[in-house]
Amino acid sequence: MMIGFAVMVVLHRNPVASALSLVVSFLGLAALFALLDAYFIAVIQVLVYAGAVMVLFLFIIMLLDLKAEERRKWNPLAMIGGLLVTAGFAGLLVKVLNQFPVGDRSFPPISASSNLTDDVHNVGTTLFTSYNLPFQVVGVLVLVATIGVVVLSKRELK
Amino acid sequence: MVTLNDYLLVSGLLFTVGFAGVLLRRNIIIIFMCLELMLNAANLSLVAFSRFYLQNGQPDYNGQILVFFIITVAAAEVAVGLAIIVALYRARQTTHVEDINSLKF
Repeated sequence: MMIGFAVMVVLHRNPVASALSLVVSFLGLAALFALLDAYFIAVIQVLVYAGAVMVLFLFIIMLLDLKAEERRKWNPLAMIGGLLVTAGFAGLLVKVLNQFPVGDRSFPPISASSNLTDDVHNVGTTLFTSYNLPFQVVGVLVLVATIGVVVLSKRELK
Repeated sequence: MVTLNDYLLVSGLLFTVGFAGVLLRRNIIIIFMCLELMLNAANLSLVAFSRFYLQNGQPDYNGQILVFFIITVAAAEVAVGLAIIVALYRARQTTHVEDINSLKF
């Protein structure tokens, strides 16, 4: 179902419908994360992607007042090239996965003593001990991005 | 029984769909959304491998930290990219990539 909505993102001609399909696809992805016992990542996925990022996308689409694309003349060479590259990629994927014997094993069970809140606890501990410096660098990156957006959004750069 | 390959296949298919979208669509906002799709496909395989490679009966949290960083950077990237698109739209009144060709030789 998630793949189906992802295909809808590509196929829809109306950008709003495309964005809404992307929200459903992200929610499906969050469900997969939860199935993989990554509850923290699942929650972050819903909050950041399905929440913040998609609201931003919809806001911009409505702000620019985009209509459904009129049917333009498709460039047949680009179409054929794109489909060829994509089909090649998918074929290579299946071929590689067939030669990957480790992947045929099912997931080992996690230890019974752990419970739901352990996940957030462990992610936080790893983040603030082993990855303290990258965490702060990412903080600086977000600050720079914020300043950049403010500068870009100014009407006149004088 | 759900195996690791199932998750990797879904992740790869999601990446393929995003890739096809970037190549085939000509609306710059849709291309941007397909980029997000590809980032998420990478996240899915990272989380699957982190769950598969247990450390003391717990998932390998290093992989999940990488996913966390990817999500943060992607959010910042979306903000900057959409600001650029708005500036471009103000200058050219279009979001169609074939109408934006002033750098073309």
